[in-house]
Amino acid sequence: MASGVKPRVKVPKTAAAGEAITIKTLISHKMESGQRKDDDGNVIPRSIINRFTADFNGQNVIDVTLEPAISTNPYFQFEAIVPESGEFKFTWYDDDGDVYDTSKKIEVS
Amino acid sequence: MNLKPWMTLAVAGFAGAAFAQDSSTLSIEGEAMVTETAAPAHMENVDTIYSGWRFRSTETQALETDDFDNPAFVFVDQGIDLFDKVDGTEGKACSSCHENVEDFAGLRTQLPRVQDGELVTMENLINDCRTERMGAEAWKWSKGPMTAMTALIGLQSRGMPMDVAIDGDAAPFWEKGKELYYTRVGQLDMSCSNCHEDNYGVMIRADHLSQGQINGFPTYRLKNAKLNSIHGRFKGCMKNIRATPFAEGGDEFKALELYLASRGTGLSVETPSVRN
Repeated sequence: MASGVKPRVKVPKTAAAGEAITIKTLISHKMESGQRKDDDGNVIPRSIINRFTADFNGQNVIDVTLEPAISTNPYFQFEAIVPESGEFKFTWYDDDGDVYDTSKKIEVS
Repeated sequence: MNLKPWMTLAVAGFAGAAFAQDSSTLSIEGEAMVTETAAPAHMENVDTIYSGWRFRSTETQALETDDFDNPAFVFVDQGIDLFDKVDGTEGKACSSCHENVEDFAGLRTQLPRVQDGELVTMENLINDCRTERMGAEAWKWSKGPMTAMTALIGLQSRGMPMDVAIDGDAAPFWEKGKELYYTRVGQLDMSCSNCHEDNYGVMIRADHLSQGQINGFPTYRLKNAKLNSIHGRFKGCMKNIRATPFAEGGDEFKALELYLASRGTGLSVETPSVRN
């Protein structure tokens, strides 16, 4: 079990229809690559976030595969054009089977 | 004081550019910070003091303007969790006594200070609470939990001007810190002042020398992707001049911390800042 994992997301609370908004996400995770060895020479097993997705009102917007070379605390920033009010759901998938998610509502006027 | 070359460049480079965020004015989450002010009277060789933020590249500067972009806030979040975490034999957390972390507003600006004849820093205060009130083990000076907690507590004072007491009880400690600042040590035979007073603003290899202000500590450094304590930074400096560093939490570094804090009087606390 990876410890200290905490997702953080920044989504504007309101937006105009058709406006491109910037969404920032970050999850604190140590992203152990599986390449390193500990003091006794044993390989430290891989433990990374391997997938990140964003859904808007149940529809998938972004689906990313993460690889071991990605460093600690992976950060994603992307733009989205939001057609209607609704809810973004962000999900991160950990190697150890854990799934972390967080949701943010947005009002479109 | 001569107008340093880097300042002229900065002015020329940004003149006319309509950036909301230029290289000389810092606002964090909309709150304006003082990054430049007149030096306190006790500084004989410097007229104007500048926050270390002013010496960084545009990209590094931008990271500090938004709390989401500031990587140090991952650690502040850890600090918030630690603040409520019960530890030690007394079954207490920080929040058992200190209900609201916001009550620490202003504390960072006055540390280190003299208490019962001893110079104490924020690390001392935290560890005193842990060992005496919580019955918990003291945290190591520059390790993760300690820097996360000093960042969280320091953050409550963000935007307030640095204002340490240097007279009365504090005077002997301050004098000692000043002496250390101007004493040449190590194989390279350099004092703090050789870089941070005589040569700030010029390049040291690939990096800009700052004035060595500590108003943004603990600071997130891009080079090691973690929060760095003030004393940890002192150690780094001393290793660079091939000296044997003093101990973290020792009398020498605490005195130096007081002296440096007094050299930053009037600068806004930027805790937790981002540097390279």
